[in-house]
Amino acid sequence: MADKTPVIELRNVDKSFGPIDVLHEISLKVNEGEVLCLLGDNGAGKSTLIKTLAGVHQPTRGEILLDGQPVRFSRPKQAQEMGIATVHQFGGTFPLMSIGRSFFAGVEPTRGWGPFKVYDRKTANRIAVEAVQNFGITRIDDGDRLVGGLSGGERQSLAIARAVHFGARVLILDEPTAALGVKQAAHVLRIVNEAKRRGLAVIFITHQVMHAMAVGDHFAVLIRGAIAADFRKGEKTREEIADLMAGGESMADLESSIEGYMESHDGHVPPPVH
Amino acid sequence: MSPDAPRTSGPAASIGNLIRRPEFGTLIGTIVVYAFFASLGGKVFLGAPGWSAFLTMAAEVGIIALPVGLLMIAGELDISVGAVVPAAALTCALVSGHYDLPTWYGVLAGLAVGLMIGFINGYLVSRTAIPSLIITIGTMFGTMGLTLGLTVLIAGSTGVFMTPDPVAKLMLGESINFMFRVTIFWWLGFALVIYYLLHVAPWGNWVFALGGDRDSARNAGIPIRRVTIGLYMLSGFAAAFVGVSQVLTFGSAQVAAGQAFIFNSIMCVVIGGVLLTGGAGSVVGIVLGTLTFSIVNQGIFFSGLDPNYGSIIIGALLLIAVMSNDTFRKLALSYATKK
Ligand SMILES: Nc1ncnc2c1ncn2[C@@H]1O[C@H](COP(=O)(O)OP(=O)(O)OP(=O)(O)O)[C@@H](O)[C@H]1O
Ligand SMILES: [Mg+2]
Repeated sequence: MADKTPVIELRNVDKSFGPIDVLHEISLKVNEGEVLCLLGDNGAGKSTLIKTLAGVHQPTRGEILLDGQPVRFSRPKQAQEMGIATVHQFGGTFPLMSIGRSFFAGVEPTRGWGPFKVYDRKTANRIAVEAVQNFGITRIDDGDRLVGGLSGGERQSLAIARAVHFGARVLILDEPTAALGVKQAAHVLRIVNEAKRRGLAVIFITHQVMHAMAVGDHFAVLIRGAIAADFRKGEKTREEIADLMAGGESMADLESSIEGYMESHDGHVPPPVH
Repeated sequence: MSPDAPRTSGPAASIGNLIRRPEFGTLIGTIVVYAFFASLGGKVFLGAPGWSAFLTMAAEVGIIALPVGLLMIAGELDISVGAVVPAAALTCALVSGHYDLPTWYGVLAGLAVGLMIGFINGYLVSRTAIPSLIITIGTMFGTMGLTLGLTVLIAGSTGVFMTPDPVAKLMLGESINFMFRVTIFWWLGFALVIYYLLHVAPWGNWVFALGGDRDSARNAGIPIRRVTIGLYMLSGFAAAFVGVSQVLTFGSAQVAAGQAFIFNSIMCVVIGGVLLTGGAGSVVGIVLGTLTFSIVNQGIFFSGLDPNYGSIIIGALLLIAVMSNDTFRKLALSYATKK
């Protein structure tokens, strides 16, 4: 297990926005068929981290490796083309566009010849509706409906279905269950397990312990943009994880110890606890 | 109509879908204003003079309104078209009139000026966070100043004459029966090409996505910078085309011409059902909006009414359009297939 080449790996990744340092020396590995749960408080840098993986941001320092090869994405499209599909925390769908068009935005199916490409509405609608229905949302049967007419959860499901459809190697989900009902959330978890079974590397962000426990093989806790804890399933009890996520006692301990370490170590962060 | 019109089988369903389209409201507007001015303007307005008047106006503003409409669907504005029209016209007149080079050189130079200003607009809008309204106001003043300065410097006056060669004039500046200018057919051509781009080609999807949610569009892998630059080059080209066709028609170009296109093009687009917030609109709507606007604008001269009433009617139309666009948007969102 340990000597396998990870599908995706970060080595000492820093990310700053001008003078604001958001991520510090992030090193992480996700293997094939494994789910990494990224945990942490609001503003810890989780979304920034996955945006860096998705090609939305470029790392300020450090490198990203895909199948052991260093990669640098200057655009989200490049990450997508290498099989990294991401559901971002907000947005992801277009309210005034049809379900079919929204699903295929940027990767439209076409027919026709040469430069005279025609958007293939029928195929787009059929695939999009199938994908959403596979998600258990059988109420959606018309790909021409506008996305804005769907409920928040249905829209979220549409965005996830899209990522699952296009994600060949890595699936990244930023709080996918936040807007979902119990049934749809269970469905997302099932989909994550299914993606894992198919050999994808999955990165899953959530604030819910139950959801993290249900799918995670490997957990990383971010505090103020640094990895504060990195452990595998079974190495910590549910209570300890909940505590880390909820910012309880041990969270406070970690935070103060990180601050102390950074002060005494020239701004460097301590190695994660195991 | 746009291929996105929600469709189900059965006549009842299709009528229901039709009246949910914003273009439907615009179509009613077109019919109402035409009937109104027909009743006041009588035979002259109903006949060739009336049609020639509003079609000629519609063609010029319409060629510009189409790409401006695309930009507004993508959530951006282009004010600089008002300066590109005279800039292209004067470039053409200077090259082919003042320097006496073949007409085609002037035509190509004029169009190139439009493409270049469009590129600058697109580049600045896609690279900075400054609203496109401000950027294109800036390029408008820049273009106006340069046009005036260079024209006076080169030609020594603010107007330049040229005699176009007959083929160029026939293609771009001729009138049929002394009434219907060929620009009307060019307008049709522009409308067909832009219809293809927006509603048939996959590229149109990128324009809607850009206006719907810029960040999500980028995250979905749409090359938003390229699309933005392409859209501005299209509107620069269209404005230059109108400028060039004006020189070929009238044989002269003036520095102070074209300001009217700024507001007129935006009004045509809004009357045509394009949402001010971006993300929705159609080519059929923009064409109908342009017709409506031009019928009011020209019909007033046939009606015997005080021309100032024309402005009141256009103002009212604009307000009605903005309100009904919003209503249509809500209707479209609430649409669900009844099973
Ligand atoms: N583009 C940006 N420019 C400047 N600062 C940013 C930018 N994006 C994020 N930040 C900052 O980085 C920090 C981390 O934000 P991020 O969105 O990654 O948090 P998060 O862990 O996803 O939080 P949440 O659980 O609320 O989603 C925040 O303080 C935020 O203000
Ligand atoms: Mg976040």
